[in-house]
Amino acid sequence: MQGATGKRYIFVFIITLAIFVFAIWLSENISNRKIQQLNSIQESIAINILSSETQFALLSELSCKDVSASTLSGELNTLSEKIDFSEKNLGNEAEIIQLKKYYSLLEIKDYLLMQKITERCDQKLFSILYFYTTATNCSECVKQSFVLTSLREKYPELRVYSFDYNLDLSALDALVAIFKIEDTKLPALIIGDTKTTGFRSIEEIEEMLPELVKIREEREAAALEAETADSATTAKLIGE
Amino acid sequence: MGALQDTIFYVLSFLSLYLQVFLLITFLDRKEDILIRRKPIKLKHYPSVTIIVPCYNEQGTIRKTVRSLLNLDYPMDKLDIVLVDDGSTDGTFTVLKSFSDIKNIRVIQKENGGKHTAINLGLELTKTELVGGLDSDSFVHKEALKRIVSYFTDKETMAVCPSIIVHEPKNFLQKAQKAEYDMSIYTKKMLAFLGGIHVTPGPFSIFRKSVFDTLGPYTKAHNTEDQEIALRMHYAGYKIEHCPDAYVYTITPNTLPKLYRQRLRWLYGFIRNAVDYRKLWLRPKYGTVGILTLPFGMVSLWSLLFLFTFLLIQIIDFVKSKILKVQAVGWEQGAGVGFEWFYMKTGATIFILIAIYSLVTFGLLIGRRMSGERMRLKASDIYFVLVYRLFAPLWIMKAMWNSVWSKESSWTNERKVK
Repeated sequence: MQGATGKRYIFVFIITLAIFVFAIWLSENISNRKIQQLNSIQESIAINILSSETQFALLSELSCKDVSASTLSGELNTLSEKIDFSEKNLGNEAEIIQLKKYYSLLEIKDYLLMQKITERCDQKLFSILYFYTTATNCSECVKQSFVLTSLREKYPELRVYSFDYNLDLSALDALVAIFKIEDTKLPALIIGDTKTTGFRSIEEIEEMLPELVKIREEREAAALEAETADSATTAKLIGE
Repeated sequence: MGALQDTIFYVLSFLSLYLQVFLLITFLDRKEDILIRRKPIKLKHYPSVTIIVPCYNEQGTIRKTVRSLLNLDYPMDKLDIVLVDDGSTDGTFTVLKSFSDIKNIRVIQKENGGKHTAINLGLELTKTELVGGLDSDSFVHKEALKRIVSYFTDKETMAVCPSIIVHEPKNFLQKAQKAEYDMSIYTKKMLAFLGGIHVTPGPFSIFRKSVFDTLGPYTKAHNTEDQEIALRMHYAGYKIEHCPDAYVYTITPNTLPKLYRQRLRWLYGFIRNAVDYRKLWLRPKYGTVGILTLPFGMVSLWSLLFLFTFLLIQIIDFVKSKILKVQAVGWEQGAGVGFEWFYMKTGATIFILIAIYSLVTFGLLIGRRMSGERMRLKASDIYFVLVYRLFAPLWIMKAMWNSVWSKESSWTNERKVK
């Protein structure tokens, strides 16, 4: 009888196992790099916030003109998207949860800083606190996230702070207590001083933030004017 | 993925990868022994051969099939052709009769009784040293018989299978099958090296007549008599060879219902025969067929089913999320984040699938080379992946279901759909 020997079966088993181990190692390695990247983004955000806080503490008593709303929200947004992706696709659960907690803390700090700037310097800042859950299959939350992402793209002035209700973090618990958020009524939004629960569409949120819409309209009008002026100048130049 | 889904994935993909590595190692070890002859050969001795052609409603192709046999480069006084009409209801018998004047052709008509009865009738009339069949939808290469016969110089070889190539693939289903058939040339040769061929296909597998004298004629064998005889031979310790340069061209199903019925019959037969011959399973005495071919054949069925389910879940999730997005913000799409390596999926499953598919592609390329074509991929090979990912689970599930309830799918039924 022809056929493969027992040795060959073992040899092939070892090679197959080696390919498997390599695939797992490669995947782990890439995941670790991704987490490292998240860590370094978070570090830089933390430094920026600390620096803004310090700047604010130094200058607030004297003048408000040097205090600018930091450009952090953009960075916070990309970080939020990356953490979201990692939670769904990378294996290292414990590490991702740590990252998520840190991220939530940074959000709260940024939120507090912005509150202070608004109060003392009379700058108009628009923020939304958004509470969602990952514990239950919350399709309303998924829809709400799409709406908020779309709003952020439409209004760069808008800062959205999103919090996973089920994250075990004392600072977040305090925030939940302050705004009396209940887990049965998610998604929940805090827009200015108003609390709403359940899904809110783009139009509904825009109605609650008329000033934000106004700023956008003014900006668009200004841009249009500049464009008209530009083309008028060009026409004049050609005319000459 | 859930933990259960993960475990199933890892077990099935490990076994699939194991089989592919096994084939690769065999290839690397034995590649010098793969004999591909491009020019006509001469044999020292031409043994007498009978070719039996069972026909059922094949008036469209049978003429070409017989002509290809008459065109074989083999001494005609050593070649007998028996054409058996298995009670066709179309003009097949009239076509067959037109050949009855030729000296070495015999035409027989019988009542319909299934393919195995038609071949068995031919076997009763066979007086030659070697005997084989040719399905009436297939044509042989001029050199095929000589090349196959050359393998019988090894006294231990009891049967030799050819390489089957899809005849003039036209639509996407046939092109998908072409890739599959090309790949199976590679698989078959490697299994032949290992002594693990589990089917001696109807089109032009040639046997020593003594096989049937000793082991008995074909049986119904769940309408896959060509699988059963191979397993019976393994049980008797017979050696089955594969001649990669003996080309047989076959017409493959060109519509989904026809393909479905053919595959249902094959798979149902595979499952039932594998169960009937469970005495071969995992017994080193019977070699590779019991340790590798049959168990891994079953594994590949489950793998295809699992991959299909896995894909289906992903598609459903994707559609669900799209629907939610449209409900939330309408059809208007945002600018998007653009490409960033961070968002590439890099789970271990991806790399394992890449490894398996690379080895499968390698097999396809080698098979293509053995079939005499250039060693390159074609755009239409993607149909193979699509058809087998999307449709194969249909006939796999149905074949499994039928196996449990013993529902047969017949050869004649398959031909009625034409």
